[in-house]
Amino acid sequence: MNILDMTAVELAAAIKERKVTVLEAVEAVLTQMEKSEETFNCYVTVDKEGALMQAGEVQRKIDAGELTGPLAGVPVAIKDNMCTEGMLTTCSSKILGNFVPTFSSEAVLNLQKAGAVILGKTNMDEFAMGSTTETSAFGVTKNPWNPEHVPGGSSGGSAAAVAAGECFYALGSDTGGSIRQPASFCGVVGMKPTYGRVSRYGLIAYGSSLDQIGPLCKDVTDCAAIMEVIASHDPKDSTSVEQDDTDFTTALVEDVQGMRIGIPKDYFGEGLEPEVKEAVLGAAKALEEKGAIVEEFDLSLVEYAIPTYYTIAAAEASSNLERFDGIKYGYRTSEYEGLHNMYKKSRSEGFGPEVKRRIMLGSFVLSSGYYDAYYLKALRVKALIKKAFDEAFAKYDVILGPVAPTTAPKLGQSLSDPIKMYLGDIYTISVNLAGLPGLSMPCGVDSKGLPIGLQLIGDCFQEKKLIQTAYTYEKIRGPFGRKEDRQ
Amino acid sequence: MAKQYETVIGLEVHVELATKTKIFCGCSTAFGGEPNTHTCPVCTGMPGSLPVLNKQVLEYAVAVGLATNCTITQYCKFDRKNYFYPDNPQNYQISQLYLPICRNGKVEIETEKGKKFVGIHEIHMEEDAGKLIHDEWDDCSLVDFNRSGVPLIEIVSEPDMRSAEEVIAYLEKLRMIIQYLGASDCKLQEGSMRADVNLSIREAGQEAFGTRTEMKNLNSFKAIARAIEGERERQIELLEEGKKVVQETRRWDDNKGESYAMRSKEDAQDYRYFPDPDLVPIVLDDAFLDGIRRKQPEFREEKMLRYKEEFDIPEYDIEIITGSKHMADIFEATVALGSQPKKVSNWLMVETLRLLKENGMDPEDIRFSPEHLSRLIALTDAKAINSSVAKEVFEVMFEQDIDPEKYVEEKGLKTVNDEGALRKTVEEVIAGNPQSVEDYRNGKEKAIGFLVGQTMKAMKGKADPGMVNRLLKELL
Repeated sequence: MNILDMTAVELAAAIKERKVTVLEAVEAVLTQMEKSEETFNCYVTVDKEGALMQAGEVQRKIDAGELTGPLAGVPVAIKDNMCTEGMLTTCSSKILGNFVPTFSSEAVLNLQKAGAVILGKTNMDEFAMGSTTETSAFGVTKNPWNPEHVPGGSSGGSAAAVAAGECFYALGSDTGGSIRQPASFCGVVGMKPTYGRVSRYGLIAYGSSLDQIGPLCKDVTDCAAIMEVIASHDPKDSTSVEQDDTDFTTALVEDVQGMRIGIPKDYFGEGLEPEVKEAVLGAAKALEEKGAIVEEFDLSLVEYAIPTYYTIAAAEASSNLERFDGIKYGYRTSEYEGLHNMYKKSRSEGFGPEVKRRIMLGSFVLSSGYYDAYYLKALRVKALIKKAFDEAFAKYDVILGPVAPTTAPKLGQSLSDPIKMYLGDIYTISVNLAGLPGLSMPCGVDSKGLPIGLQLIGDCFQEKKLIQTAYTYEKIRGPFGRKEDRQ
Repeated sequence: MAKQYETVIGLEVHVELATKTKIFCGCSTAFGGEPNTHTCPVCTGMPGSLPVLNKQVLEYAVAVGLATNCTITQYCKFDRKNYFYPDNPQNYQISQLYLPICRNGKVEIETEKGKKFVGIHEIHMEEDAGKLIHDEWDDCSLVDFNRSGVPLIEIVSEPDMRSAEEVIAYLEKLRMIIQYLGASDCKLQEGSMRADVNLSIREAGQEAFGTRTEMKNLNSFKAIARAIEGERERQIELLEEGKKVVQETRRWDDNKGESYAMRSKEDAQDYRYFPDPDLVPIVLDDAFLDGIRRKQPEFREEKMLRYKEEFDIPEYDIEIITGSKHMADIFEATVALGSQPKKVSNWLMVETLRLLKENGMDPEDIRFSPEHLSRLIALTDAKAINSSVAKEVFEVMFEQDIDPEKYVEEKGLKTVNDEGALRKTVEEVIAGNPQSVEDYRNGKEKAIGFLVGQTMKAMKGKADPGMVNRLLKELL
C-alpha cells in the first residue's frame, strides 16, 4: 500500500509495526508537496528541516516505547492561525507576515505530546474571514479535485492539503463553518467540536465566542482519534470545559438502530442545488435503511442566523484585531508622522479588504447608539437559536443536512458579491451560534466531479453520536477519494 | 452682591490591589522590576493569549464592597473598553461597565462640620495599563508592560462632596477601610491609590448640576486640595465672564498650581464597550459572600471603641495607633505578649513616630517585631537598662529589628547597679570638676545636672540616673 493512501490511524499502526518509518512518512508527504504544492498552494510555510528533525526524535520515542498512541509519528499540517513556537504564524495576513510566536497553542502541544510531526502552516482566508481561501495575502489555494475551483474556507489550505496528500491530517478552526465547508468542498472529513471542547489558547481569535479548533482528515476513524488527542480542559482558557468523555474512538460503532435523525425542512429550500439535495437525502435514506428513525421537522429562525452571525462575529473581530497595530509585532508602515498616522497607515496597509469590511461592520454595531439595536439584539437572537436547537434535540439524536448549498464554486466568482458568499454559510453558522458540534463528510460527487458534503449536527458534548452515525454511513457509502487516488 | 457658588464633587478612585500576581495572568505585580521582566504573552497582548481571572481580585473587590455597604452583583461580567494607545497592549482594556461587581454603597465621613454619608455609585474591577517612557534624546517612546494587568478596582462615588475637606475625609476613610482589609497599601505617591476629581459648580440653592470637568494627575492630598480650589476658581471665573465650562479631562500641574485640558485618548470617545467573550460570567453564591463576610477584619471604628474599653491610654493615642492597621497590629501583639499598654503606646507615639518622620516613612513601613518591642519594655521595667540606653537600642531595633536582649548583652549596655563602683566614679567626677562643685555649693542647682552628665559619660551611659543623683548629693 502506498504510504500516501493510508489514513492517519493506518499510518500510525504501520509505524508501530515497523512497516514504515516516521522519516519515510515525512518524506512521502514532502515528495507529494514537490509535485502538487505549486498547483494547489496549500501551505503558507513548509518546515521541511523541522519536520525531518522531528521525524527522528519521534521515531526514537516510538522505538523506546514512550509514544504508543494511535497518531504517533503521523505528519500533520496546522492552520496558520494557531501559534507555533518559533514557526511563522501569519493568519494569511500581511500584518502578521513576519510574526513568530513565542509559544505554541494548546491544541498543537496536545498533538505533539501524541507524537505528531508538524509539517508546516496551511493557507487560509485572512484572519479566517472568508469562505474560499481567496482572501489570503499569500495567494489562493486551489481545490485538489479541480484546481479551477476554490477549496472552500477559511480552512481551505488544511482541507486541500489532506485531499492532495500533502499531509495525513490537519487542524482547522471553525467560526461559522470554516472546517466543515472546506471539508465538504475537498471531499474530506471535518469536525467542529462543541464550544469549550478544545482549548482556544494560542488560536488567534476571530470571533472568540464562536471559534473552535477541530480536525480535517481522511475518514471518521481518524476524526475520532484526533478528537481524543485535542479535546482537553485547559486552565489557560476560561471558556474551556472540564470533560471526562473524550474517549471518542469508543463511538466507532457501526450501528444506527433506533438513532433518531431529524431533517430540518428549512435546510432543503430555495438556493440548494438539486444534486446536493439528492445526495444528502440519499445519505439519510441509507441510514434509515440501517434502522435509524428519520423524520423531517421545522427548525425555526434559520433566516436569522446569517445576520446574527455577521453581527456577533464582526463585533468580536473588530476588538480582537485591535492588537495588530504595528507597535509590538507584525507589520509597521515604513513612513508615518506621529502615533495616529502610524496606526492608520500600518492597519490600512496591513489588512486586506474583507478584514477591513468586517472591522468596520463590527465597529459600527458596537458603537454607542447602535449597540442595543444590533449587538444586543443579535445576542438575544443567538439565545433563541440555541433554544430552537434545544427543542430539536429533545426529539432527535442527530440533525442531518447539507454543509453548503453548492459544491465548490470556481475561483474568482465569490468575492465580488460578499452577500452571496455570506449566504453560502447558511447551514453551518447556526451550529457555531448555538455552540454545537458539527461533522462534515463526503456523500457523493456532482456532475462536475466535485464532492458533496453531508453535515451531521449534535447536541452539546454529543460528538460521539455524530461519530457513530458518520462511521455507520461511511461503511454504507464505501471508500471515497479523488479518482486518481482510487486507481 | 457677589453670587454664592456651591462646589459639587464626585471622585473616581483607582486602587491597585495587593495581589501577588496580575489580574489575568500569573505574572508578578511587584513594583520596580527591570522593564518588561514581569510580563508574559497575556499581559503583553500577544496573539492567541487568553485571560483567566485571578480569584483573589474578586475576593478583595467583594470585601471592599461589603465594607462600603454596597450591594454585590452576584452575576457580573467583564467588558472590553476599546481604545488605541501604546501602553494598552490589546488596544482594549478589560474592565466592567454593564454589570460592575458592587453598586449602591455609602461610607460615613466626619469633618469639622459634622458627619455625613458619601454615596458609592459602583466599584468595578479592571486591569492597569503599561507605562510609556519618552526618550527625548533618541526621540522615541518605549513601553514597559510590567504594570500592564496589575489589578485595580475603581470606586466611583456619587457627587456628594462639597469641599476639599470632605474629599480628603472621604479618601482617608476609603484608605483606612482598604488598608484594614489588606487589599492595598493605598499610597498616593506611588500610585497604588489614584483619585480623579469630577467637579462642577452651581449657584447656591440651585438644584441642577453644572457642567463638570475631570481632573487627573493628583499625587497627594495636598495636590487634591489645591486642585479643587484651583478648579473651583477657574469655573467661577468662566461663569462670571459669561463663558461656559467645557466638559473635558484636565491635567493638574501641582508645581505651577494650574491645570490644562488634556488631549483625549481618541478623537471620538466611543469605547465600544461589550462583554469580553474570553471571560465567562462570574456567578457569586451566598456561601461565597458569607465566607468573605466572616473574614472581614475589625475596622477602625470598632477597634477604637474596644481600645477605649480595654486599654488605659489617651484617646489621642488611640486615634493615631488605629490610624494604621499595621501599627494597631503591632500594638495589640505587643500587649498580648504581656507589656503594659501605656508603655507600648508611648514607644509608638513618641520614638516610633519621631523616627518615621525623620526617615520620611509611613507607619506601614515599620519593621520591628512586637516580640522585640516587648523585650525592650521588659528590660526597662527590670531596670536592666536606663531610658537613654533604651532609646539608643530602640533606634537600632527600628532600623534592623535586632533582639534587644542580645544587643544589650553583646554591647555590654546593662546598667551598673553596684553602688560601690558607682560611688567611686562619682568621687572621681567630683575631684575632676572643681568649678562645677564650687558652683553647686554656691547655690547653682543647675550645676548638678552637668555632674550627672559627666558621671553618666564616665559610666558609658550604663548607670541608673536616679542613683547617680542621690550619690552626688550625698557626697557633695
